[in-house]
Amino acid sequence: MRKEVIYLTGTLLDEELECSLADICRYCNISAALVQEMIDEGLLCPRGHDPKEWRFSALELRRIQVTLRLQRDLRVNLPGCALVLDLLEELEDLRRRRGR
Amino acid sequence: MEFKDYYETLGIKRDASQDQVKQAYRRLARKFHPDVNKSAGAEAKFKDIGEAYEVLKDPEKRAAYDKFGANWKEGQEFKPPPNWDAGFEFSGGFTGADQQGFSDFFEELFGRGRFGAAGRRTSSFRMQGENQHAKIVIRLEDAYLGSTQTITLTRATVDESGHVRTQPHTLHVTIPKGITAGQHIRLEGQGSPGIGGGPNGDLYLEIAFADHPLFHAEGRDIHSVVALTPWEAALGATVTVPTLGGNVEMKIPAGTQGGKVLRLKGRGLSTASKRGDHYVTIRIIVPEAKTEEQKKLYREMARIMPVNPRTS
Repeated sequence: MRKEVIYLTGTLLDEELECSLADICRYCNISAALVQEMIDEGLLCPRGHDPKEWRFSALELRRIQVTLRLQRDLRVNLPGCALVLDLLEELEDLRRRRGR
Repeated sequence: MEFKDYYETLGIKRDASQDQVKQAYRRLARKFHPDVNKSAGAEAKFKDIGEAYEVLKDPEKRAAYDKFGANWKEGQEFKPPPNWDAGFEFSGGFTGADQQGFSDFFEELFGRGRFGAAGRRTSSFRMQGENQHAKIVIRLEDAYLGSTQTITLTRATVDESGHVRTQPHTLHVTIPKGITAGQHIRLEGQGSPGIGGGPNGDLYLEIAFADHPLFHAEGRDIHSVVALTPWEAALGATVTVPTLGGNVEMKIPAGTQGGKVLRLKGRGLSTASKRGDHYVTIRIIVPEAKTEEQKKLYREMARIMPVNPRTS
């Protein structure tokens, strides 16, 4: 008898993703205080004025995850992470244009 | 089991000072960090460096490792002599490095509960397992149509006696139609197991595309190049163009110049609500004039259609 394979269907985090402060904390397993620090550093720019209204995009989710890895693996501090992320995004953009 | 030359991995001499070990590690870790270095081998290299550092930074582990001597070569078949670690006092635990994916060599010598490894995990508190991240490389075709993929990741688990083991973790995952590079799929509860009955962490899969001989993606849009003869470009033609959804007939307007970009609407990485297009860049191939007759034809063209392409 053939065993039935069950395929998992996850949540797609694409450009339509909009998540709240609580969502982003849960997705990334981080505290709201750390999110606030990242916002103060200009590393994240959620839409909305106060924390209750904040909406984060998939790009921000990715920025947080790269930041957490850079902090853990290379001991880069938050301003350093913000700089690295900006440079990496610029580099990706340049590579894409060169690839045309 | 293959021998790992940790000194070679860090590019240092066997008599390097602890400071030199640290400096070599930091320099290489920055260079090969997978978020920074996008080349194919960077992730494996980064793990090797981390493994080497985990051993060499700790004077006790380093001394035990040094006992094997300098005659072993990287990759050589290796079996540790019995009681190789006798006579060493081991007090240190791991200091934060992510041991997941370290080699069999490391696990045999330093992993299995020796050196206090993972002892902290046997305590009785309850907490959610860690979120895990992994990058998966899929074909553009699979993103275009949506597909199912079977992927195998390496995961570290802790057995009853507190020993760390790595195990393959096989998952069957649905890839939604129109996914693009850099997007994530979040699989709830597929991360590290919870501790003390806590819930599992989540698994995040980041999508990357394998190189394709014809196409490359920029966000939702697909780009490719199609070659035309000068007469097709000048007179107009209908040509067959490969797309991710199969061949399509594309109308080339008369007077098309090389470098012009034509759009095939909706033939990129589209979802129910977002549209991706396919952009075709025209390249004009100049036929070689080999025979006298062919050369004559070019000269004839020069006479009938005098043009100076260098004046705008």
